[in-house]
Amino acid sequence: MSKQFQFKLVLLGESAVGKSSLVLRFVKDQFDDYRESTIGAAFLTQTVTLEDQTTVKFEIWDTAGQERYKSLAPMYYRNANCAVVVYDITQSASLEKARNWIRELQRQADPSIVIALCGNKSDLSARRQVSEEEAKKYAEEEGLMWAETSAKTGEGVSEIFTAIAKKLPLTAPPSARSGAARGTTGARSGVDLNKQPAGQNANEPCNC
Amino acid sequence: MDEEYDVIVLGTGLTECILSGLLSKEGKKVLHMDRNDYYGGESASLNLTQLYRKFRPGQEPPAELGRDRDYAVDLVPKFIIASGELTQILVHTDVTRYLEFKQIAGSFVYRDGKISKVPSTEMEAVRSPLMGIFEKRRAKKFFEFLQGWKDEDPTTHQGINLDRDSMKTVYEKFGLEPGTQDFIGHAMALYLDDDYITKPARPTYNRIVLYTSSMARYGKSPYIYPLYGLGELPQSFARLSAIYGGTYMLDKPIDEIVTDEQGKFVGVRSGSETVKAKQVIGDPSYFGAGKQVEGKLRVVEESKVIRAICVLKHPIPETEDSDSCQIIIPQNQVGRRNDIYIAMVSSTHNVCAKGIHIAIVSTIVETDKPELEILPGLKLLGQIHDKFVSISPVYTPTAPGVDDNIFITQSYDATSHFETVVEDVQDVWKRVTGSDLVLKKQELEVQE
Repeated sequence: MSKQFQFKLVLLGESAVGKSSLVLRFVKDQFDDYRESTIGAAFLTQTVTLEDQTTVKFEIWDTAGQERYKSLAPMYYRNANCAVVVYDITQSASLEKARNWIRELQRQADPSIVIALCGNKSDLSARRQVSEEEAKKYAEEEGLMWAETSAKTGEGVSEIFTAIAKKLPLTAPPSARSGAARGTTGARSGVDLNKQPAGQNANEPCNC
Repeated sequence: MDEEYDVIVLGTGLTECILSGLLSKEGKKVLHMDRNDYYGGESASLNLTQLYRKFRPGQEPPAELGRDRDYAVDLVPKFIIASGELTQILVHTDVTRYLEFKQIAGSFVYRDGKISKVPSTEMEAVRSPLMGIFEKRRAKKFFEFLQGWKDEDPTTHQGINLDRDSMKTVYEKFGLEPGTQDFIGHAMALYLDDDYITKPARPTYNRIVLYTSSMARYGKSPYIYPLYGLGELPQSFARLSAIYGGTYMLDKPIDEIVTDEQGKFVGVRSGSETVKAKQVIGDPSYFGAGKQVEGKLRVVEESKVIRAICVLKHPIPETEDSDSCQIIIPQNQVGRRNDIYIAMVSSTHNVCAKGIHIAIVSTIVETDKPELEILPGLKLLGQIHDKFVSISPVYTPTAPGVDDNIFITQSYDATSHFETVVEDVQDVWKRVTGSDLVLKKQELEVQE
């Protein structure tokens, strides 16, 4: 049996840099020019298989728009194993915003979190405002992974997620990763509310 | 902010967040705002920096308490009853995907100067010092009566009519001693005072059934608690709202509730901007908090609750070193009208650093010296390392809101659980939508 791991991945970045599109490309290999924010999905999942047949399942949390007015809840960062911070290579201000999100991650998230800085919309390089050198230099200084991607053409998308999967510590047993393992049977250490005890009714035997 | 919304929700307390999540799911366009830069309003859980900012402005948290981010200190002490209404909502909306729960390790009751465990099994009941041997037999008959009760079968009624006879009549029928009555009415039925005794027995019967079925569900106590504190609950419902299109704005001062000439709701003004909506829902702090605003008194104070957040460096004595517990001090035991509650959680629930225990002592204020009123509770804690005391008015709206489209929720009361919060959610839902809240089990989609 090959090993399977599950990790929580959070997306961050300014509105309209293509966070949801990037994930849609990764998860469903689709792209939609006029896509509105994800509605009604708790989170998305996608599995990456590494060369040694280890599989890494990402539980991907989208911001659901809560980043727009700086209203992301601490719950969002809680137990995140990795983060993809997205900027738009055609908007230099979006890299500034990305720097803020990275500071926020360093403050709120677990210190062991793996962070990838991702310059999206590489298909629009004619309108480029952020040079590869500038972003790469910043990523190196902060110890982040870095890549440019295009959710539209798919360029670099699966590569960055695979690179994250390789960088994650695949040593602890999956059950030890409480945050990412939520909702997975047997992985919870606490009580499961969804499990109804047998014979639950109004005339429960009294314990006294 | 120039869009128009169906509903603006003010304040991100649990009541408002549940309503916001449910309304967004129904397809309503919701704008949810809060003046604070954190989620949860009065029902938030704060880290050390936020706690000090609230209680001791200008003072830095001491380094010896550990890392800021390890803390999530609840402002309102409540636990979730395992078989209660909030559990139903959590399960039906599938926000359990975002949460993890642990049991509260024990439930205790104060009697004759000592703390005893509320028995959770028959074995514990037999050994419990709460009752003498003869009283145990009488109590056994009483519980067998409750357990065997079937509405449709008069032979199980033993001459009692739950809807007509008072609880006093029931207690007398089984000859239960006052101490046992205290234990049943306060530690199991969770009444805060003794008013229930002279009223029909049915609600008390329902509460005891809820307690025992919750106790049976996970074993140690009837309560469960979310890891990282109660503040996770409003956050999870806020995310539910957001994934169904709800818009969130924290750190937004609310300067005016704008109405037309007839007094009907128009919108909400923040600074120079006004956002319009058909309806507004909000907690009492956004509607005058007991004071008149532009000639209108929208909420009134019903009572006050004192809450003392105590930082301990040890478990509470006489609680078998429980990592979490509830202790009820029935009013009769300390000559009061209302019970004193202690709710304690610790690092097991990821709400504080290792070795620290957070206990909140609370009661309904009866005198002009509320800090003296909680002394019997404080005394049970052993050495208190630090203490943050607040006295909070409990507000209730003066009007249902159906005439002016202004719907106001209740403040958090002194009860130890969330059942009254859910009652308020159901009530506001009915006022806002005109129909009863019916929960449909719907699993959130996970796209693969």
